[in-house]
Amino acid sequence: MDVIVENLTKSFENQKAVDSISFKAKRGEILGFLGPNGAGKTTTMKIMAGLLSPDFGNITFDDYSLWKQSSKIKRFIGYLPEHNPLYNEMNVIDFLFFISKLQNIPKYKVTSRVLDMIRLCGLDNEKHKAIGELSKGYRQRVGIAQALIHDPEVVILDEPTTGLDPNQIFGIRKIIKEIGQEKTVILSSHILSEIETTCDQVMIMSNGRIVANGTTSELRRKSDAEFCLKVAIKGDETPVIYEALCTLPDILHIEIMHKQDFELQYNPGVEIEKSIFNLCKEHDWYISELTPVQTRLEDIFRKVTQNN
Amino acid sequence: MDVVKVIIEKELKVTFNSLLIYIAYVAFFCVTGFTCWFSGKNVFYSGQASLSYLFSVFYWTLFFLIPALTMKSISEERKDGIFELLFSKPIKTWQLIAGKYFAILIQIAICLALTFPYYITIASLGHVDHAVGFCGYLGLLLVSGCYISIGMFASSLTSNTIVAFFVTFALLIWFQFLFEFIAELWGAGFMAALFTYLSMGEHFDAISRGIIDTKDLVYFITLTTIFLSLTRHYISKNRF
Repeated sequence: MDVIVENLTKSFENQKAVDSISFKAKRGEILGFLGPNGAGKTTTMKIMAGLLSPDFGNITFDDYSLWKQSSKIKRFIGYLPEHNPLYNEMNVIDFLFFISKLQNIPKYKVTSRVLDMIRLCGLDNEKHKAIGELSKGYRQRVGIAQALIHDPEVVILDEPTTGLDPNQIFGIRKIIKEIGQEKTVILSSHILSEIETTCDQVMIMSNGRIVANGTTSELRRKSDAEFCLKVAIKGDETPVIYEALCTLPDILHIEIMHKQDFELQYNPGVEIEKSIFNLCKEHDWYISELTPVQTRLEDIFRKVTQNN
Repeated sequence: MDVVKVIIEKELKVTFNSLLIYIAYVAFFCVTGFTCWFSGKNVFYSGQASLSYLFSVFYWTLFFLIPALTMKSISEERKDGIFELLFSKPIKTWQLIAGKYFAILIQIAICLALTFPYYITIASLGHVDHAVGFCGYLGLLLVSGCYISIGMFASSLTSNTIVAFFVTFALLIWFQFLFEFIAELWGAGFMAALFTYLSMGEHFDAISRGIIDTKDLVYFITLTTIFLSLTRHYISKNRF
């Protein structure tokens, strides 16, 4: 199910939480929301889950419009709220049965769905415990289980891995990737590496607006820091090599990182490797390292969110 | 209707898994048992098998019991953010309220059903009009329904259960004492009649004497509906 968001706007009192954003999430794709605190990620997700009504704009899920068929849409959505509210006094298995009945899952399927979820989320040893007794990681798994129990077409997860240990994060990422193959998954996080590894499409929000949008490689290409090389040249004194490198055309900036290690920024579209190689051949030096410096998502994130 | 049933089931399951309801039941029986059978002015005092005393004891005990049962019905869910979980499911606000309302009404009905031994004891001591007995229990259920709707309304106003408890009390005191008091101050005329009509005791007395009048039924049903609608209004602000 494709989700199309158009000109979505929502204000709280005088503050605009979401300011006329538009985007598209496709089926079989994982869309990641990134943004500093208060960027409007949670508000956007709440509106998508039908918890808040937007001031303006529309969301369509295939042919269903949020304004006209909001109760129908809820059947297609699995939503994990940010703080993951659960009934602390219920035990895991009762809670999942309760949710599956609320979701109108046919009676003959309920038990098998609940057991599937318990298996998928690794809750087998905890299923008879009261939810209030569970650790944060297991609570989060229960939250994910309740969001997925009715096999939703669109899965909205608000910060699904906060407070988990690395093993649990790995486990939950695996689950997300699995469901992302057939469903539309929208998740938010402020852990950049998580978005980088799990999401196909990344959207960076700041102050209620989308400031960057694209796949991680697209975002990298857009940022100019892309054309950067790390070079280690050996065979002479560092200042001598530095001077020689400075004479090369098309180089914008050279930084000495370490003894005989340099970081070069160069004009896009130039075969800089060739000129470096020729330079070394001329002076009888040799290259011990040549790596393109990848801009990390962190840098892009900081750049686009600080400009605003 | 299915959703309402699911919510009632869940509410009852959670309630009867917790200690609170058993403490409430024990307290109810301690108070009613003591006042009915042991206190200075007990059922034997009047010298005849009369049910009115029994029902007035139940009536006043419910006055204290129900705010305790309703106080956390909505405020706690608001505090824990459970609405965020529930309303992302295909469920309407009125279904949630109806589920919670009937769940508490069932808890009270069970509580009243457990007082049948009292009734049977009095019936075996002398002649008792069973129709009056039936009307008494019906009246208690109607009154409980009103109390519950008022309690849920108070609970929907705040996320603090203690505040909800006292707001319920304040509202109940209006319906129990203050309207009657104002009516007495007015003496006679339209306003006096209006405030007398608003007072709950008036209507309960009529029913517990064995008179089922549409006037009283309309009163109880209207009051319940009004407060449940207000509850719905306060829950569903700012959402679909």
